[in-house]
This record gives sequence, structure tokens and C-alpha cells, in this order.
Amino acid sequence: MTEVLSMRGIDKAFLGVPVLSSVDLTMNQGEVHALVGENGAGKSTLMKILAGVHTADAGTIELGGRAVSFTHPLQAQHAGVASVFQEFNLLPELTVAENVHLGREPKRRGLIDRRAMIDSTAETLADLGVDDLAPTANVGRLSVAHQQITEIAKALSQGADLICMDEPTAALADAEVELLYRLIGRLRERGTAVLYVSHRLKEIFDLCDRITVLKDGRLVDSVATADITPDDLVAKMVGRRIEAQFPARLPGTETGGTRLKITGGGNDFVDSIDLDVRAGEIVGLAGLQGSGRTEIAEAVFGIAPFTRGTVEVDGTPIRITRPRKAIGAGIALVTEDRKAQGLALWQSVRANARMVLDANARVHSRRRLARVSGLLASLDLVARGEDQEVRFLSGGNQQKVVVAKWLAAEPGIIVLDEPTRGIDVGAKHKLYSVVRELAAEGLAVLLIASELIEVIGLADRIVVLHDGRIAGELPGGATEQQVMAYATGRGPE
Amino acid sequence: MTQRLHKPRLGTTALIYLALAGVLAAGGIAVAVDGGNLFATANLVDMLTRTSLTGFLAIGMTLVILCRSLDLSVGYTAALSSLVAATTMDGQVANVPLAIGAVLLVSGLIGAFNGAVTAYLGVNPFITTLGTGLIIKGYLDTQYKGPAGDVPVMFQQFGYTRIGPVPVSTVVMLAVAAAAIWFLRSTRTGHHMYAVGGDVDVARMSGIRTGRTLLAAHVLCGMTAGVAGLLLASRFGTGSATAYTSLYELDAIAAVVLGGTLLLGGKGGVAGTVAGVAILAVLDTVFNVLQIDPFAKDVLRGVVIIAAVAIYARRQLDRTARRPRFAEGRAS
Repeated sequence: MTEVLSMRGIDKAFLGVPVLSSVDLTMNQGEVHALVGENGAGKSTLMKILAGVHTADAGTIELGGRAVSFTHPLQAQHAGVASVFQEFNLLPELTVAENVHLGREPKRRGLIDRRAMIDSTAETLADLGVDDLAPTANVGRLSVAHQQITEIAKALSQGADLICMDEPTAALADAEVELLYRLIGRLRERGTAVLYVSHRLKEIFDLCDRITVLKDGRLVDSVATADITPDDLVAKMVGRRIEAQFPARLPGTETGGTRLKITGGGNDFVDSIDLDVRAGEIVGLAGLQGSGRTEIAEAVFGIAPFTRGTVEVDGTPIRITRPRKAIGAGIALVTEDRKAQGLALWQSVRANARMVLDANARVHSRRRLARVSGLLASLDLVARGEDQEVRFLSGGNQQKVVVAKWLAAEPGIIVLDEPTRGIDVGAKHKLYSVVRELAAEGLAVLLIASELIEVIGLADRIVVLHDGRIAGELPGGATEQQVMAYATGRGPE
Repeated sequence: MTQRLHKPRLGTTALIYLALAGVLAAGGIAVAVDGGNLFATANLVDMLTRTSLTGFLAIGMTLVILCRSLDLSVGYTAALSSLVAATTMDGQVANVPLAIGAVLLVSGLIGAFNGAVTAYLGVNPFITTLGTGLIIKGYLDTQYKGPAGDVPVMFQQFGYTRIGPVPVSTVVMLAVAAAAIWFLRSTRTGHHMYAVGGDVDVARMSGIRTGRTLLAAHVLCGMTAGVAGLLLASRFGTGSATAYTSLYELDAIAAVVLGGTLLLGGKGGVAGTVAGVAILAVLDTVFNVLQIDPFAKDVLRGVVIIAAVAIYARRQLDRTARRPRFAEGRAS
């Protein structure tokens, strides 16, 4: 077997935070190689370095024995590395053939040769064993699976020897996954190497020849699939880390009546969601990326509402069709994307902290406005003053402003979507204590976090999602293995 | 393996020609009720004459809008071009080829400036071309107090001669439109305009030189404005600095958008634009024949344009950013 790829000693840090340290990865011709690890383990970063999206801080990359160094994705493409990201690089208004040949349209007498374009696309598709996709079809009208095939055909027509796939099945239906399996089998026969980034153990064991496990940016192991069991693999992925201390449940915290009750909730992204959160309770929502965690938060808050099922707030059925209604019903949402959805970055701390009150007559009051400054202080906000624009604050302090703006409205239910993403350790601990205090005050808290340890350390109950559905429920303090078992769709440990 | 089910839908271009037919029918009826005939030769000539000037501008505008850009300077470029044409011709038939060359050069350079500033300095095209327009306006206002130059009678034919009811200028405009359709379809540069407007990152990642493509679109847009300037000169028999006051650029943008080209780029084409131009021309003729007062006329035009774009926006809505996992029988 010839080696097509050898990455050695790859280091990468973002803003001083190390994401990869000294990671090695080697791949052979025609090999399907799984890259696995928890959320944040560094899989995507490693793949993006290979694809030329990021440049490694240290380490060497050899392709087919030749040292390469990419600063732009096009360089990686020319060197024979193609990538199929979760967000497709396709133009929906063009046809399959036009997308496959984009930027390299065959010419005849100086003009685009459409016939040749269509014929060669048909050839590539036939080579992949795909017979139900017309080169002249409009990409925007295709199913996700067919769009993915178009991406793969584009990669092959660019002469790729190595195709990276990032969670290729994340958006596929079961029948479509079958098709992808066949396609990958076909690629293996052709001698094209596939780097397969996935969380899904079943696929990894079905498809892959070798598995490389990353944890916290480090290489844990690289083994032949035949030499490892699923249980051992999960153990390698999670392991035990020396972790932050989580503050204990505050004395006097009482679990009261049900504040939020979802029955049979569903929309385009999640289905059959039965969930209730009681006063004083912290419910953790766990699941892999794309499992529907954020979608539940967005449905509860009326951004992408449930189209099926019922929602009750404090026992009253309510149809939350817009964020404004959610706010009126006493629901707060600290969004996953602080900069895009949580803050007006060019406005002051004060303007941001007052925003919810100012914008919603139903929660506006003089008393609440008067409390805003006190709230910011109680969150230990570090800023030059309330006039400072929030874009100048650190991530942790920005997040405190977001939390303050919601607490100002005195909500009964607070949904926290990745509240500690991109913030420093000190701010994290402050937020953990705030979450505990909120529960003690009788709020119902719904906590979403990619870091399993946070959900385990803080939540009274953990609801685990898989593929947009609830896969299981565990008590707080469950093990990471137990959560991962549900999250990867394998059922109870 | 099932593809997502779609109700068969009319293509956007077909829809626009249907709308054009509808506007013609409605206009015809309105005029008939008023006791006139919209399809009388004089009215047909009026309609067709109206299409040529906006047509030239709108064809170039289609290219830049396809690239997700914009050109607000075309009205000024056309006015300047009319002066370049008339003063270069200076009443001499022999100077006509030279004048045409000079106009295409000047207007192409203006387009190149717009394109280069937008593509390589990253200035928003709205601002770039607004600035260019103001610069030209300043030049025109200070250098030309009145009409200047003299267009020989032979070249004035371009503005006035007809083949049957069809003005020569309209024939030329349709020929330019056909050339643009061919250009977008059959040349790499034209084809890449859809990619650049559709998603500039995807285009760049596919190896397309996005800056160059945008530059080409702006140069061509400038040149069609130059041709519009030639037409202005031939109609007026002289160069007219104040032609920009007619705000031709807004008519051109309206025609493009009416013609189904997405203002956000990447979708549409010149065939639709021609229909958009025709719809505006029919409306104007109908309003004229019915002697509707100018205020109501502008209001009606505005309503038509907004209504059209609202309809396209609805058709566009079902493109959800996220892929549904539990898609229900999709309503739209």
C-alpha cells in the first residue's frame, strides 16, 4: 500500500488557545480513515488544515511523499485534496454539470463546450455508480444526498486522490446513507483515499479501515478498525479529564412545579420532543453537533417554532410563534452565537443590557431598568464603564452583558445555549455559579453545552438527543460514556 | 432515493413574458374602454421607441447585478457619452466611426474604474458608482452649460429611422441583448458571472478569478451606457449634458429587477430584462394614451415594480438555509 498522506507533529492555536498539539495522521491509498473525537477535540481543525483552510503553526504535511504547505484551499485542491464540508460549496442556481466543472469549463474554439461538460459529468457519475442523477439537473432542486454526490463528483473531476468528508451523513436520511456507503466503497476500489470525520460509531465500524482518535487536540491512538471494539473506542474518545470544579447545588434550591412543558414538539429539524423543566431545576440538553439541541432552543424561543405538538408555560398552553411572544411569556434565550445574535457590538454596555426591557413593553418597567446596573455589577462585569462599546469587551464580559440583559426582564424560564463558548475560565466559573443561583431563585433552566462535563456537572437531569429526537434521559452526574452511548445512537450503556 | 417533490413551476423568464402579455392585454383593454387602440401603429412605434434607451442601459445593468454589484453611474455615463459623440462628430459624417470608438473607450474606462474600485479596493458598488456618477456630474455641470457638438443627419438616422413600425435603435438593442445572452451562456467570463454573484467564496474556491469577472461586467455595463449615449446624441442631434436628470439608471435597475434578475446576484438573465424593459415601455405608452397625470403615472410605476419584486421574494422564500430533517409535505 502506498502512503498518500503523512501529517506529522501538527500544532495549531487560535488566539493563543491550543487546538491541536503535535498530531500525526497517515493515510494509505484507497483507505477509508475515520477521524473521531468529542466536540472540540480538534477533528475539524485538522481537516481544515489538510484542506488549506487553516495553516498549521508547526508540523509537516506530505502528499504522496512530497512535502506541501497550503495557505489557500485552491492549493490543496491542485495537490489532489478535495473536501466535502457540511456546508456545500455548490451554486444552487447552476446545474450539476456546471457545478462539477465550475472554474474549469471545457472549451471548444474558445467557447464553453456544454456537450463535453455534460458528457464528462455523466462519465464521472457513472464511474461512481450513480445512475439517478442527471448532469443537467438544477442543484438547488436536488436532495441533500444528491448535492453531496455532486460535490464528490466535483472533487473527482478535479483529480482528487484524497477526499475529506466532514460529517457527511449528518443531514442524510437512512436510505441516503446507504447510497453514501456504496459511493465510498466505489471510491475505495478506485484507490481514492477518504478521510471520514464522524461521530457515528456505526458508520465508522461499517465503513472505515482505520480510526484515528483525537481528544483535547491530542492524538490518542490510531488503530485498525478490526482491532478495536465500539466500547473501547468510546472510552478512548471521552476518557477522564482533570476538570473544573462545579459549584454544588445551593442550599434552599427547591424543585417546584413544571414551568416549561413540551409535548410531542416537532418541526423540520426535531421531532417527538417531550420535555419538561420545573422551577428550580437545571435540565441539560446533550447531543452531538447537529443533533437538534439548538433547534429546540430556537423552537422554544419562537425563532423556528414547533409546527407540531404543544408547549405549556406555567401550565398555560401557548403558541410561541415569535421571539416577542416568548419574551412576553417570560422566556429568555442566551444564544449560541453571541456576536451575531446576542449583542449589538457597536453599542454600549448600557444599551445592550437594557435592550430587552426597552424593546418589550410587556416586560418594561422603571423598577427593572433601575436594577440593570446592579445586575451588571453582581455578575462581576469588567468594563471601563457602562458607556463602553461591547465589542471592546472580552468574550466572558460580553457574555455577562447578554446574561444581564435577559435577567433584567426577570424571566421564569432561561435557555442557555453554549453559554461558556469562547470565554475564559474565570468567566466560566462565574457563569456556573450564576446558573446555580438562578435555579435557587426558582427559575427553570435549560442548559445546552457541547462540553459534556458541563452538562454532567451542572444539570439535575440530562436529556440526550440524537438525530433530532430524544434518545434517552439520565440523572445529573451520569458518566460521559453513558451520555455518549445515547448521543451516538447506540442506546443505553 | 427520492428527490424532493416539487410542483412543476413556471420558469422565471416564462413568467415574466406571461406578465408582459398580461400587461399588454390589460393596457389594450384599458385603452379600448377609453375609446382608443393601443395597437395602433403610432402607439406601437411609441412603445418600441421607449424600449431602446432603457434597454441598452438595462442589458449592462443585468451583467453587474448578476455579479451582485450595481451601477448608479450609467445615466451620467450616457450623458457624457452623448457629448463625446456629438463633439467628436462635429457635423462630419467621416468622424462617426471615430466618435463611436471614442465613446466606447470613454464609457469602457468609466466601467473599468467602477469595477476596479469595487473589486480590488472592496468599496461597496453602491458607493463606488454613486461617487463616479457625482464626479461625472460635476464635470458636466461645470464644463457644459448647454448642448454641445453637432451630430450629422446621417447618424441621426440611428435615432429616428424605422423598419416598418420597428425603430432601428430597437433592432440594435435587441441585437445587443442577443449578444449578451450568448455571452452569458457561451463564454467562460459570462458563465462565471453567475458564480461570482451566486457565492463569491464558492467561485473563488473553484478557481474563478472573481475580481476579473466583476471588472468585465462593469466594463461591459459602462459600454452599454456609452451606446445609450450614442442614441441620445442621435435623437437630440447634439450632446446633452443634462440628460442625466432623467434618472435613467433607476429605470434600468427597475427593468432588471422586473425582469427577474435577483438583486442579490447569481440568478436571472438578459432575456428577462428585455421583458422588464418592455413592460415599463407598455405602461408608459398606456399612461400616455390615457393621459394619466404624471404623478399618478409615477405612483403606478412604483407600485408595479414593488409588487413584482414582492412576488419574486415569495418565490424565493422556500430556500431555507438549513436542511430539514423532518420535512413535512412542504407547502410552497
